Amino acid sequence: MTSFDLQAILPELILAVYAMLALLAAVYTGKDKTTPLVTYATAAVMLALALYIGLGDPVTGPAFGGLIMADAYARFAKVGILVAAAAVLLAGEATMLRRGLGRFEYPLLISLATVGMMIMVSAADLMTLYMGLELQSLSLYVVAAMKRDSVKSTEAGMKYFILGALSSGLLLYGASLAYGYAGTTRFDGIIAAATDGHVGMGLLFGLTFVAAGLAFKVSAVPFHMWTPDVYEGAPTPVTAFFATAPKLAAMGLFGRVMFDAFGNAVADWQQIIALMAVLSMFLGAVAAIGQTNIKRLMAYSSISHMGFALLGLAAGTAYGVQAMLVYMAIYLTMNVGTFAFIMSMERDGMQVTEISALNQYAKHEPVKALAMLVLLFSLAGVPPMVGFFGKLYVLNAAVQADLTWLAVAGVIASVIGAFYYLRIVYYMYFGESEERLETPMSPAAWVMLVGSAAAMLLGVINLFGVEGAAAAAAAALVN
Amino acid sequence: MVGLEHYLGVAAALFVVGIFGIFLNRKNIIVLLMSIELILLAVNINLVAFSTHLGNLQGQVFTMFVLTVAAAEAAIGLAILVTFFRGRGSIAVEDVNVMKG
Repeated sequence: MTSFDLQAILPELILAVYAMLALLAAVYTGKDKTTPLVTYATAAVMLALALYIGLGDPVTGPAFGGLIMADAYARFAKVGILVAAAAVLLAGEATMLRRGLGRFEYPLLISLATVGMMIMVSAADLMTLYMGLELQSLSLYVVAAMKRDSVKSTEAGMKYFILGALSSGLLLYGASLAYGYAGTTRFDGIIAAATDGHVGMGLLFGLTFVAAGLAFKVSAVPFHMWTPDVYEGAPTPVTAFFATAPKLAAMGLFGRVMFDAFGNAVADWQQIIALMAVLSMFLGAVAAIGQTNIKRLMAYSSISHMGFALLGLAAGTAYGVQAMLVYMAIYLTMNVGTFAFIMSMERDGMQVTEISALNQYAKHEPVKALAMLVLLFSLAGVPPMVGFFGKLYVLNAAVQADLTWLAVAGVIASVIGAFYYLRIVYYMYFGESEERLETPMSPAAWVMLVGSAAAMLLGVINLFGVEGAAAAAAAALVN
Repeated sequence: MVGLEHYLGVAAALFVVGIFGIFLNRKNIIVLLMSIELILLAVNINLVAFSTHLGNLQGQVFTMFVLTVAAAEAAIGLAILVTFFRGRGSIAVEDVNVMKG
């Protein structure tokens, strides 16, 4: 244990120690009265760590005897995870209080999940991978069932738990096979076991099971069944969290495993990922059309978006990884804004999730409706919003990797998907008039909504420099 | 002589029983939790068998981690089950149906 090892996981250590100390402090003082304070403190710690990772001296190299890998790829993902988690906490704080969910455990469970996600993206060993993944998952099972007196919320937690545990089991079985046939749990040992571009039969089974387990976590078809139910049942601020940081972490881990551990056998996993990408894009686009609940709709929307992100991964090149990272960054920004709006929807103090409740919304709240219009156009991939360039990026990566059929399928799916986003816009501007929808927002939530909408327009100029960081991250992963 | 493939065979059988337990079970959520444990045990057998066969300790260390996490997982699963039971008054699998997915 050298100082370099500690330096490599310093942000994780700080966040974990903070979470435990804050838990003790809150229990011994005001309990739930401290919730706002704990939420702000958690968000502040996360943002400070994101600044430290993003701007501080980069720590690069394997740590803890090759259990942890600190590189530009991990740093990119960690900054994204921390910023998204902090943004969702701040945007959801007022809503949680209003819905009677102002418990101090919530921000602390989110911090622990964030620690797990940060470990996931810097894993360089099957054991680290598993521990990070479980720390994240166990915290998320609990927050999904946070609303203990609601049947929907506990059912969401139950379903998420059963299917999440099943996916961990699949992943673990794959990990055990990979260990057995490669002779080591370290990624650099597993990658050495793949010679002449292919892996042996045993290792191939391991790879397939690991990919299936990870597909569960990113909710890619055919492992997506849990997503709509969990999104619908969980309290909306929690859903907002599910749709952002864990997706980036799971995607980051996906890239990490595929390139660091199986990077010598790209041809072996390219087909699996390409198939999952196509299925996700189409199922997400088609199944969302019939939805009347906006949270379920966002679940299918995220399945579809994960398909596009997998498209970048399926390319199997550094440019593909770069496209995937840029796409995820854009996806996170759009979703934070969209969910900041969705969680504020209510009527007479009761939460509303029906899409038809948005009828004529633009008449009463032109600014928020305009922000939502920009975000929905961006989600649909309509130029000139940034969402269009994210899609263009991954499609370009697929074409460059000679996967033109995949890119064509992506374009078709994106056109189908545009329909249901535009339908929401139609309701907001031209729907039949109905009882008025209220959307009381805290200043933080308002800033997230309008800010992310503005980012979707202003980002066209240079994507806020995300591109360069993503390129450096991809170069660190694929070599 | 009992060799590596016998252990792998037992583990694979347990794994499949666990998977089928989750998908074919129509009775009780507790049975689902037991199926998850079966899957994790299958993994442990795999890891220990490989570890002995390869003559390195990584697999056995991994097993320790899996055992620990499995305990934590069971605790959280049961806790969610209790809150679910309080709301719904039942732990039958067919009653987990407020939302259709």
